[in-house]
Amino acid sequence: MRKRWLALASLVGVLAFVAAGCGGDDDGGGGSVEGSEDVTGTISTMGTWAGPEQASFQAVIDGFNELYPNVTVKFTSGGNNLAPLLSTAVQGGNPPDIACIAQPGLIAQFAEQGAIQPIDDLRDAIVDNFGESVADVGAVDGTQYAIMFKGANKSTIWYNVADFEEAGVEPPETWDDLNEVTSTIKAAGITPYSVGVDAGWPISDIFENIYLRTAGADMYDQLANHEIPWTDQSVKDALTLMADVVGDSSNMAGGTDGALETTFDASAAKVFSESPQAAMLILGDFAPGVVKNNPLEPVTGYNVFAFPSIEGSSPAVVGGGDLCANFKTSEAATAFLEYLTTPEAAEIWAERGGFSSPNKNVDPDVYADEITRTTATGLAEAETFRFDMSDLQPSAFGGTPGQGLWKGFTDFVANPDNIDAVTQQMESDAQKAFANS
Amino acid sequence: MSESATTVEAPSGGLPPATDEPGLIRRYGVTLVFLAPTLVLLTVWVVYPTLRTIHRSFYDRSGDDFIGIDNYRTLFTDDALVTAIKNNFLWLLIVPFFVTAIGLVFAVLLERIRFSVAFKVVVFMPMAISLFAAGVIWRLMYEKDPSRGTVNAAVAVVADAVSPSGVLSGARPSTDELEGSPARGIVLQAPLEAGSVARLGLTAIREADVPSGAEQAVVPEALAGGITGVVWRDFKPGGGTPGELEQGELGLPGVTVELRSQGGEPTLETTTEPDGTFVFEEVAAGSYRAAIGPDTFTEPYAGVSWLSARLITPAIMMAYIWVWAGFSMVVIAAGLAAIPRDLLEAARTDGASEWQVFRRVTVPLLAPVLSVVFVTMLIYVLKVFDIVIAIAPGSVEDDANVVALAMWRTSFGGVNDFGLGAAIAVFLFLLVIPILALNIRRFRREL
Repeated sequence: MRKRWLALASLVGVLAFVAAGCGGDDDGGGGSVEGSEDVTGTISTMGTWAGPEQASFQAVIDGFNELYPNVTVKFTSGGNNLAPLLSTAVQGGNPPDIACIAQPGLIAQFAEQGAIQPIDDLRDAIVDNFGESVADVGAVDGTQYAIMFKGANKSTIWYNVADFEEAGVEPPETWDDLNEVTSTIKAAGITPYSVGVDAGWPISDIFENIYLRTAGADMYDQLANHEIPWTDQSVKDALTLMADVVGDSSNMAGGTDGALETTFDASAAKVFSESPQAAMLILGDFAPGVVKNNPLEPVTGYNVFAFPSIEGSSPAVVGGGDLCANFKTSEAATAFLEYLTTPEAAEIWAERGGFSSPNKNVDPDVYADEITRTTATGLAEAETFRFDMSDLQPSAFGGTPGQGLWKGFTDFVANPDNIDAVTQQMESDAQKAFANS
Repeated sequence: MSESATTVEAPSGGLPPATDEPGLIRRYGVTLVFLAPTLVLLTVWVVYPTLRTIHRSFYDRSGDDFIGIDNYRTLFTDDALVTAIKNNFLWLLIVPFFVTAIGLVFAVLLERIRFSVAFKVVVFMPMAISLFAAGVIWRLMYEKDPSRGTVNAAVAVVADAVSPSGVLSGARPSTDELEGSPARGIVLQAPLEAGSVARLGLTAIREADVPSGAEQAVVPEALAGGITGVVWRDFKPGGGTPGELEQGELGLPGVTVELRSQGGEPTLETTTEPDGTFVFEEVAAGSYRAAIGPDTFTEPYAGVSWLSARLITPAIMMAYIWVWAGFSMVVIAAGLAAIPRDLLEAARTDGASEWQVFRRVTVPLLAPVLSVVFVTMLIYVLKVFDIVIAIAPGSVEDDANVVALAMWRTSFGGVNDFGLGAAIAVFLFLLVIPILALNIRRFRREL
C-alpha cells in the first residue's frame, strides 16, 4: 500500500523534475558542528517516524540541543499520511520548518512550487559526508534541497546459513561467483532461490540492481525518465543476466509456477525458516522484518551479503530513504539541517538500532548488530546510489501490481525466453504511461 | 427516474390556480412528502452518478477533452480488457448453471436423509462469510505446495499412492557422461562390456535424503567376465570435482541399476551396496549400457498450479460456486417444500421412476424458483469482483480479469484513467439492463 502511495507521489514528481529553478554554489564547511548558544528559536519538524523510531529521532534532537541549547525542536509524526498532510499544510501556508520525506518526487514537486528552500550552503558538507551520489538524490536541477538522513538498502541478498554450510559455499562477491554458488547449492540438492513474484516489484528490484551495474548510473537515470526505450539492448542484456536467477524453474522454490503465486512475505518465510525451502532471497534490508516469528537468529541462522558486482562494476546500491528538507529558512533550521549532515547525529540513532545511515563518516562499530552493520555500510560505501526506479516513474507504469513494468517482469519470469516480446510490451506500456502523465 | 420525478412534481407546480380543489393538494402533497426522501436519495446516489458516469465516459483521462467513443473503442481493442469481457462471458455461461444445478441436487437429496438440517447448515455456512474472506481462504487452499495448499494436499494423497516417490527423487547426473533425465531414467553414455567399470555420479540429492547406511563411495575393481560399477553422490561441501569420486562422497545404497542391451532392452538388474558399488557377474559378450530407471527418480507430487494463468479462472469459479451453492439450495428447498405432495404421489402411483418424477414433475413445478436463482446469479456473476481480486495473485490478475475488476483497476488501481473506467462501468450497466428487465417483468407477472 505504502509502495503505491510512493509511486503515486512520484508520478507527480517526475513532472516536476522537468522544470525547476537554479541556484548558485557556495563554499560551505564540512566536518563536525561547533554549536552555539547564540542561535535561538523554535522549529517544528515532521516525518513518518512513529513509536520507537520517533523516540530515536527525539534522541537525535536531544543531541542537537547539547550543541544548541537555546533552540527548541518539536517533532510531529505524520505516519503514512505524511505526504497528504504536508501537501495540505503547504496549500494552507503553514508547513513545518523541516520535514523528512521518503519520496524524491515529492521533494521535486515542492521545489517546483517554491515550497521548500534551497540549502546550497550545506552542499559541501553533504557531499563530504554522504558522497555525491546520495547528495544528488536531494538535489533538483543542480540545486540542493534535501539531505537523505536515513537510508534503506535494496541491494541485499539474504541467505540461510545452515543451507550455505551444507552446500559448503561462501557469500559471493561477483555475479559469476553467485552463479557458481547457485549451481553448487543445486548440486547439494538444495533449491537456491526463493522468489516472490506475485505483485511484481520484488522482481523489478532485482532488475534495477542488475541494470545499475551493467548499464551504469547515467543509463539508469535515462531509463527511469524514459529517455531510452525499454527495447534498448542494455535492457535486454540485463534481462539475460536476470535469467540466470529466474530463468530456470529448478532455481526457484516451487518452480516457476510456485514463484509466480508467492507473495514477497511468503518468499522471505521460505528462507528464514528452520526447514528452509530455499537458500537465498534477493530482497531489501527490510526482509527479516516481514517474517512473523522469524525462528532464526541473525548471523548464526540467517545472514546477508551485498548484491554482487557484475563485470567489475563498482559498489552500487538501489534503495530508498528519508529526505529532510527546509520549508522555512531560519538560523535555527539551518543549524538543525547542518547537524543532520554530521556523523554524530546519525550515530545517535544508529546505536539505538533500526537505522541505516548513508553517511560515509559514520563509524560502523556503532551499529547495534552485525546485519545492520553490513547493510548500512553497504549503503554508505556505495559509490553509486540510485532511488528505486519504481518510485521515479508514473505509477501506472512503474508502480501498479499486474500492470506496466511489474506485469512485464512477471511475464518475463513466466516466459524467460521471450525477451523481445517482453521488452516490446514494456515499451508500449511506458509510452502510454509517459504520454498520459 | 428523473422522468418520474417530474411527473410527480408537475401537478404540485401547477398548484396555485387549483386552489379550489383542496383534495388535489392533499392528495399530491401527501404523496410528494412521502416520496421526497426516496426521490432525493435516488437522485443524489443513483440518477446523478449514472448520468455523470455516462457523460464522463466520453471524455479523456484528464476529463478536459471530449473524445467521443474512443474509450469504448479501447474497451474492445485493449488486450487486457478484451480478456476481462471474455472471462465475464465464461462466468455467465458456467457459474449460474452450476450454482442452480448443484443447489437443486442438494435440495432434492437432502429431503430424503435424516439430519438434513445439519447438512443444510454446513452447505449454507459459506454464505455467512464475505466473498472477500472466502477468497482469502481459497487463495491459501489453492497454493501449489501440497504442504501448504489444502486442495493439492488432497490431490497429493491420491497421486503419491498411485506413483510413490523414488529413493532419489529429483537427483540429476553430475556430468555430461550421463544422459537422460529423471523422467526417462539416467543412462551412462559410454558403452560397457565385460571387464568395464561404470561410474554413475549423481547430484542434487540432499544430505538428509541419502539412503541410510550409506558409506564412503569406492570405485570397485574390474571383474573379468563381469561389469562392476558405482553409484554415488558426486557432491561434497563446496561442490568437489564433478565426475571424480572423492573422499567424503557417499555411495548410494539400494539403487536399482539396469544393464541395457545395445537396443535399450533391460537385460540384467541389481541393487547397490552401502558403498554404492554394484556387480553384474558373468555378462555375455557384447556391448551394454548401464542405467538407473525412472522409478528411482520419481519426485513427490508437486501439486497442481491452480493459481497459474491457465487454471485461475476455473479455480475462482469453483470457489464462487462453493459460496453460492448454499443460497441456491436454501431457496430451492423452500420451493420444494411448497410443491403439493399429492402430485408426486400420483406420479409414483402411475408407475413413474424416481428419475421421471424428478425430471417430469419436480423440476417443472420448481421452474419459477429455479429461474429466480438463475437470474439472481446472472446479475451477481456480471458484477463479480471481490473474490477475483482476493484469489488471483498479482502475476495472473490480467488472466483472471473480469469487467468489474477491470473497471476498478482502470479507475483506481494506479492507472487512474476515469474516462476509460467510466466507459467500462457503462458497458457493465448495459449488460445488466436486459437481465433487470427480465426480472422486473417476472415480478409484475407474479404480482
